[in-house]
Amino acid sequence: MQTTAKVIKYELSDVIRSKWIVLYALFFLVVTEALFQFGGGSARALLSLSNLVLIIIPLISILFGTMYLYNARAFVELLLTQPVDRKTLFGGLYTGLALPLSAGFLAGAGLPFAFHGVEAASHATTLMTLLLSGVLLTCIFTALAFLIAVTFEDKVRGLGVAILLWLFFAVLYDGLVLLLLNAFAAYPLEQPMIALMLLNPIDMARVLLLLTFDVSALMGYTGAVFEQFFGSLLGVGLSTAALGVWVAAPLFWGWRLFRKKDF
Amino acid sequence: MTRFAPISCFLVALLVLGRPALAQDVVVSPEGPVKSLSAAIEQAPPGGRIVVREGVYREPTVVVDKPVTITGEGQAVLDGQGERQIMTVTADSVTVRGLIFRNVGVSFVEDRAGLKVDDARQCVIEDNRFEDTFFGIYLAKTAHCRVAGNVLQGTGATETQSGNGIHLWYSKDIEVENNTIRGHRDGIYFEFVEDSRIAGNLSEVNLRYGLHFMFSDRCQYRDNVFRNNDAGVAVMYTKHVEMSGNRFEHNWGSAAFGLLLKDITDSRVEDNLFVKNTIGVYAEAANRIRFERNHFQENGWAVKIMANSLDNVFTRNNFIANTFDVATNSSRKHRSRFEQNYWDNYEGYDLDRDGYGDVPFRPVRLFSIIVEKNEPSLLLLRSFFIDVLDAAERVVPSITPETLADEKPVMKRIL
Amino acid sequence: MIDIVGIEKRFGRLRVLRGLDLRIERGTVTAIVGPNASGKTTLIKAILGLIKPDGGHIVFDGVKLNGAWNYRERIGYMPQLARFPDNLSAREVIDMLKDLRGRPDDLDEELLTAFDLESELGKPLRTLSGGTRQKISAVVAFLFRPDVLILDEPTAGLDPVASSILKDKILRERDAGTTFILTSHIMSEIEELADDIAFLLDGTVHFAGSTTEIKATTGQPRLERAIAQLLTMDKPALGTPSTNGHSKTPERFVAADAIAPKP
Repeated sequence: MQTTAKVIKYELSDVIRSKWIVLYALFFLVVTEALFQFGGGSARALLSLSNLVLIIIPLISILFGTMYLYNARAFVELLLTQPVDRKTLFGGLYTGLALPLSAGFLAGAGLPFAFHGVEAASHATTLMTLLLSGVLLTCIFTALAFLIAVTFEDKVRGLGVAILLWLFFAVLYDGLVLLLLNAFAAYPLEQPMIALMLLNPIDMARVLLLLTFDVSALMGYTGAVFEQFFGSLLGVGLSTAALGVWVAAPLFWGWRLFRKKDF
Repeated sequence: MTRFAPISCFLVALLVLGRPALAQDVVVSPEGPVKSLSAAIEQAPPGGRIVVREGVYREPTVVVDKPVTITGEGQAVLDGQGERQIMTVTADSVTVRGLIFRNVGVSFVEDRAGLKVDDARQCVIEDNRFEDTFFGIYLAKTAHCRVAGNVLQGTGATETQSGNGIHLWYSKDIEVENNTIRGHRDGIYFEFVEDSRIAGNLSEVNLRYGLHFMFSDRCQYRDNVFRNNDAGVAVMYTKHVEMSGNRFEHNWGSAAFGLLLKDITDSRVEDNLFVKNTIGVYAEAANRIRFERNHFQENGWAVKIMANSLDNVFTRNNFIANTFDVATNSSRKHRSRFEQNYWDNYEGYDLDRDGYGDVPFRPVRLFSIIVEKNEPSLLLLRSFFIDVLDAAERVVPSITPETLADEKPVMKRIL
Repeated sequence: MIDIVGIEKRFGRLRVLRGLDLRIERGTVTAIVGPNASGKTTLIKAILGLIKPDGGHIVFDGVKLNGAWNYRERIGYMPQLARFPDNLSAREVIDMLKDLRGRPDDLDEELLTAFDLESELGKPLRTLSGGTRQKISAVVAFLFRPDVLILDEPTAGLDPVASSILKDKILRERDAGTTFILTSHIMSEIEELADDIAFLLDGTVHFAGSTTEIKATTGQPRLERAIAQLLTMDKPALGTPSTNGHSKTPERFVAADAIAPKP
């Protein structure tokens, strides 16, 4: 445990010095502030920001994460020649990256809200949901990045896979779901639809945000399953749990590969 | 004799109306000589005053068959003991004020009420409380009545086990003002009511509609609040309705509407607030309605307009933070117009700086049509893929109705 | 000190180590020699736990290595090419390693002084020359007074002065009881430093023995010639073959596993 903390400490100083993370935080800061300046009001800012969060955070987390782990090869090899457990190292590496990425997002997106405030109490809930979703997406896509970097020895191929994976989750998946819905329009699709959403972390985070932005519309569902799902804490609970699994599963798989990996 | 007729009429009128009141008052109290309201009505002369002192009165249904004024003092409770209608007014010019009507009891056979006015005129029902009365105030075949400042609290658990709060049937020239209605089946229910005015009422958490009327022409609805009713507000088969300054809030559900307009024609809906409803306004076979200066915010669908609605005009309304601004069931030509509204989803520009966007706004999203056809796809809302589809459709409209467009969207919100 | 028993390792289709056996004695300098791609670095990495063998096992001072990591406390490693985290300075790397090893008081900073590195410690490692980094790598390897030092081509990038400083240091430490494993292509260096030689060919130990034994067996007075001759000799002609692949003869003679087929 102590060793993990040390690994995290050194990785943090390394990540922060690379300045990428500062740019990342600045990006969110500038965008969020701009949304306040031009969009008018916290409601609009939250909405635009959530669209951005669902696209940008997975992209940056998976790309930055993959690249970082490839570039940290020397650091990893150096530490592996030291009395350091691989498990500790892997945990430390992951935390050392997911932590600053999350913090960068929280600081960048959060500061303008702290400064301008939110217009209504319900917006505060939305903001919290947004920040939580952002952090979870960061954790998920950093974990996926680690899985990729551990699986593929070749950096270019790894980055390619990372981009494809992002493209799949962020764009293609929803297209496929839509095709599927049309193909099976004659069948009751409420439950399969919820399952399909649980299978994609970006969709899951999006649904979590919908529950705060678009309850009015979601409550218009005729399906009893949806009413149950959206009308209660079950929806929020299940979405959050699914996101948790999405963090744990790739991380665990990545760790299993890392344990056996040759350096 | 004929030349004295006007004078004698005046004298009679003086006798009836201008008589010193206090001397004629009949006082009902648990301890006094008159212990029941029915007895007091029997004793009171036409046009007399009855004062009901604090206490709980249990007696068979009180029938008010002469023009009297009944006033409650303190907690004057008429208890129906869960088995009967409490008061029936059959005479003209009856005033009931300051009483508490309690516990009528559910009936599946008759429309029992706390207070029923049957075939009477000039009634005044003011500042009473109705607690757990099946129907609250029931006016049948009445005219020139005033129902104001009453508080009605129903406790029915299901639609069938509860009656309406203020129920009007075959009535005209009625004023319904500043009442509060909660927990009834329909808060306010009108059928065949004409030329009436409904203002300043609060109707909330009712089991079905906050306001429900049909065949009720030429009525005005002003400054009422309809909030959190199970199915919102539904009005049907009526002409010349004027609705202004009302708030339609927080009506959620698969069949819940801020305002459902079915077969409503030649009417005006102005300066209303529609906030957080599943559907703000639902218009079906609604014709020649002018929607002006309404504020639609955070609704699932701000406006759902069916293609069988003709020649409606939406102008100078605000559309802010709605999931869908406008949806419709058909892509064929629509004969309703949207002009000079403010749309927060408008992404156009105003190069000539005249306050209007230079390109039209199409409020019907492709996605809303997809959802209309395939409901579960609603879960794809705000996904990147859907946004791209919508953007493409906006550039080259092919499925969305081309005629549903605001040619002159306003750049800044109205009000 | 270290017993390597039947180690197997493949990278894809390539069998890099083919049932390799070797015993490293305490307080000696064992040179691992062999042509390119004979498996020298892989063997070293297996001892360090950087790669996971597919078969066989390694016993480090009586402890079988199987995912163990504590033993690396007792190892110093100088890789062929010194790779460090780019953004850190040498001082930070040294501080980090000290920190990881629980900040021991008794540090061997002799090389630091001998190489005159003080002025270079504060600079980011990526700005330093290959030779300087190699020196820092040597400093790091010796710093914690390890029982075992593994040096992969230690003098490759060093100037003659630094090279001889390092060699003197190796001999001094050997005399003080430290065990060394080193690889080198410079035969004069091996002649100078090594007590024992392990000659690797195609992933097995082709010959193992003391330098004097090699010279005696081959009849060559010079090590370079002797080793060159080993390549041309048939295995059965070499010394005493060991059938179980692991000899504990006093001559510390370990023969290659004769059953390994040539591709």
